[in-house]
Amino acid sequence: MKRIVYREWRIQPERYWGLLAILGAVAGIAGLAVLFMEHEGHWVTGMTNEVVWGMPHVFAVFLIVAASGALNVASIGTVFGRTAYKPLGRLSGLLALALLIGGLLVLVLDLGRPERLIVAATTYNFRSIFAWNIYLYTGFVVIVVAYLWALADRKGGPYSKTVGYAAFVWRLLLTMGTGSIFGFIVARQAYDTAILPPMFIIMSFAYGLAVFILVLMFAYDQDKRPLGDVMLGKLKNLLGVFIAAVLLMTLMYHLTKLYGAKNLGVESFILVNGGIYTALFWVGWVLVGCLAPLGIVYHPVLGKDRNWIAAAAAMVILGGFAAVYVIIIGGQSFPLQMFPGSTILASGFHDGVNGVPASYVPSIPEILLGLGGVSVALIITAVGVRVLQFLPESLADPVVDPHLAT
Amino acid sequence: MTQEHDKVDGGRRSFIGAAAGLTAATVAPGLILHTVEAAPRSEAVTDKVRWGMLIDTAKCADGCSACVDACDKENGLDLQVKPHGASEAMWDRQRAVWIRKVQVQDNLTGRVTNLPMLCQHCERPPCVDVCPTGASFKRADGIVMVDRHTCIGCRYCMMACPYKARSFIHQVVEEKLTATPRGKGCVESCNLCVQRRDNGETSTACADACAAAGHHAILFGDLKDPNGALSKALASAASRQVREDLNLNTGVRYSSL
Repeated sequence: MKRIVYREWRIQPERYWGLLAILGAVAGIAGLAVLFMEHEGHWVTGMTNEVVWGMPHVFAVFLIVAASGALNVASIGTVFGRTAYKPLGRLSGLLALALLIGGLLVLVLDLGRPERLIVAATTYNFRSIFAWNIYLYTGFVVIVVAYLWALADRKGGPYSKTVGYAAFVWRLLLTMGTGSIFGFIVARQAYDTAILPPMFIIMSFAYGLAVFILVLMFAYDQDKRPLGDVMLGKLKNLLGVFIAAVLLMTLMYHLTKLYGAKNLGVESFILVNGGIYTALFWVGWVLVGCLAPLGIVYHPVLGKDRNWIAAAAAMVILGGFAAVYVIIIGGQSFPLQMFPGSTILASGFHDGVNGVPASYVPSIPEILLGLGGVSVALIITAVGVRVLQFLPESLADPVVDPHLAT
Repeated sequence: MTQEHDKVDGGRRSFIGAAAGLTAATVAPGLILHTVEAAPRSEAVTDKVRWGMLIDTAKCADGCSACVDACDKENGLDLQVKPHGASEAMWDRQRAVWIRKVQVQDNLTGRVTNLPMLCQHCERPPCVDVCPTGASFKRADGIVMVDRHTCIGCRYCMMACPYKARSFIHQVVEEKLTATPRGKGCVESCNLCVQRRDNGETSTACADACAAAGHHAILFGDLKDPNGALSKALASAASRQVREDLNLNTGVRYSSL
């Protein structure tokens, strides 16, 4: 492989500042939405005592899951020794950091008492997966910064392999930790299963890579840098493998739940008669998020078209949001089964009377908060590639594949 | 000169002595009285007791809400005000509820049961397990409650509770009782009238109200006292835990369910 030259993102200042202005405006409006929600209290959101985690958690979990997945590209180069992926390592690390920070910001700003974050940082209950996650998330930031240094600095070269392995193991733990938030909840029928942590890992592979592909394509297109078919072909084929794995895990999750009679209620809710959640599962999670992009990336013609590859990546992201929405909101909407074999006829606290699920309509401030997290992640990425040398000058075929150089 | 200076001023000394005596006489009874009053609160909560309940659903009357009303009054939940601009439907799902009446029908037999549902005060509470800061905690005497100073409002405990026993305070709290401090952004739930426990009282507001209404469906007491009414009642009649499959060893038990 030729020596890779990294260069700052050199798009015209007007476009760069224009991009930052748009993202900054979204983040600013999100900030105002946060102030409004924190001043008034959560009654201005769609969240209730039934659906206690809402749209902010959908955005936060998606971003955090995608963050660990975005780091995969770097791991493939460092840990699995695929030289073709090595030039992408720096962007992979930056994107991982940016997405994690964006996601955590959303999570933290939705707390009932965000000003007590210092309490969360100093008082721990180590039986709580949340407490582990505080360490997993901060550790991830430290390790990825070290990883970026090892990848970018001449002195870091000897350490890149070791740090790369550490980052790979850590990212697996991080996503397992996120999946465990739900997997360990014994109370709720949609959760309480050990398949959720590995399923979150597989989802992170797909969502993180989809975000990576879109950011890479956009950055190279704007800066008129060559991005060859070989690199893009590798990435989209890998995306196809990850999507297929998501489908497999989804199948296993539902088969596991369907096998015993005790979860038939929640399964028929998600798969058959859950209204919006059933629609989001089949149309969002399965069709848009898996089957359609799978068809595109392996299609002999469409799979070679850049627009279609970008569309497939975008579909994976949309499907990912649908999947996280079904898991988080759908999982809470299905009433707690306190009395299996019985029907609740009346309740003073909405216990799923006559099996009716809890309603949840996300409010605008919640959605703005989530979009603010996305904006912050993109701002960090844009500023990062602008001021530091994250992007290879060329990812043209001869650069990526030495056999084509001759 | 020097001798005169060294001479003791008897008048001044006796004045100081009298003043000190008078002060002591005024303040001391207050101090002693205060000490006597504070006695039950100054003792650490012990695990020699475990507070619990037996709810006889056969005695729980359809349409009666005495326990719910009493709880609301005892803990200041009746002071909750719907935020200006909130819809009735949303407010109904966002206001705090510590105890509610539930009516359950068996799908096969059609038998209908009325019961109050509240925090079950588990021996191994999932809400305590998942709380990142330890704000959700269990006292030595078995009461599961929230430390409102360390709750960050993450609501993970609400996700983890199998009984939907917890409420999040969605709005600014304008009015509250001294015994039950409440504040926006924290989670709360039934604490078995912990203020009554600390004052050495023998029952809870809901149990008292149920008895006053003539139903006697709620029996509160010490699960560890073999001679107590609660232990005797539990020993004599079949009872069960809600979601006993989770093996949480709840402090609240139900009979005729």
